Amino acid sequence: MALDQSFVGRTYPPTDPYEVGREKIREFAEAVGDTNPAYTDPHAAKALGHADVIAPPTFVFAITFKAAGQVIQDPQLGLDYSRVVHGDQKFVYTRPVCAGDRLTVTSTIEKIKSMAGNDFLDIRGEVHDEAGEHVVTAWTKLVARAVDADDAAEGQA
Amino acid sequence: MTAQIQYADVEVGTELPARTFPVTRATLVQYAGASGDFNPIHWNEKFAKEVGLPDVIAHGMFTMAEAIRVVTDWAGDPGAVVEYGVRFTRPVVVPNDDEGATIEVSGKVAAKLDDDTVRVDLTVTSDGQKVLGMSRAVVRLA
Repeated sequence: MALDQSFVGRTYPPTDPYEVGREKIREFAEAVGDTNPAYTDPHAAKALGHADVIAPPTFVFAITFKAAGQVIQDPQLGLDYSRVVHGDQKFVYTRPVCAGDRLTVTSTIEKIKSMAGNDFLDIRGEVHDEAGEHVVTAWTKLVARAVDADDAAEGQA
Repeated sequence: MTAQIQYADVEVGTELPARTFPVTRATLVQYAGASGDFNPIHWNEKFAKEVGLPDVIAHGMFTMAEAIRVVTDWAGDPGAVVEYGVRFTRPVVVPNDDEGATIEVSGKVAAKLDDDTVRVDLTVTSDGQKVLGMSRAVVRLA
């Protein structure tokens, strides 16, 4: 079933702040095998001009995708999450995410498209710090595959 | 931001050092925990096959995280990345053996932009097939 176009432009309330911890950044960097000292050593991060250790570029996805849950689980929108795969992902940074940040995410439905039974949903997540300054914007394209599509190889959630 | 590569030293076509990144089932379990993405297609072979996948597949976001390391290691400061986007075109299939799969990443400077930034286009493959499309980063150099 095609998603309702009238949801385009809908913005959801900002999330409660997510506090970025040094050890959570370390855990993520270890999980992707990245030994860059900017992620784990505050002195190395400060030498690069950062206030504290910074997070790898894709770390923030865990926060923005959780925020996008407001959209994905919106019963009025009616997205069938069991058929959803991750199509595209993009980030535009004003600055890197840094330990100690308290980040809020405001999610907006940017685009809805239906093609050959597939629904394409573009969600924009604006991430701001406690001072209200922009940190990063994440664009996530989700694809809800048509009910008769059996080619799960076109994407990966 | 203090990237170690000078904008003036870089030309369109400059190649970044290519890298290969191993990924096993253990890697995926660790990434699931660190990222909070516990979708069973990334650790449960039975479930993955039931939904039409050839086997367990890597998280797309894991592959995206590995690919940008070619850029962050080159630039020196990961905070110098100002833009990064990918399209997930094919899954990285991870068999249940000691070797798992390998993600191969190469990159080259595709354009010199304003404000000491350059666009790097990444080529990301596994098992000889492209797994990310439109994989591009903009990074601010010194």
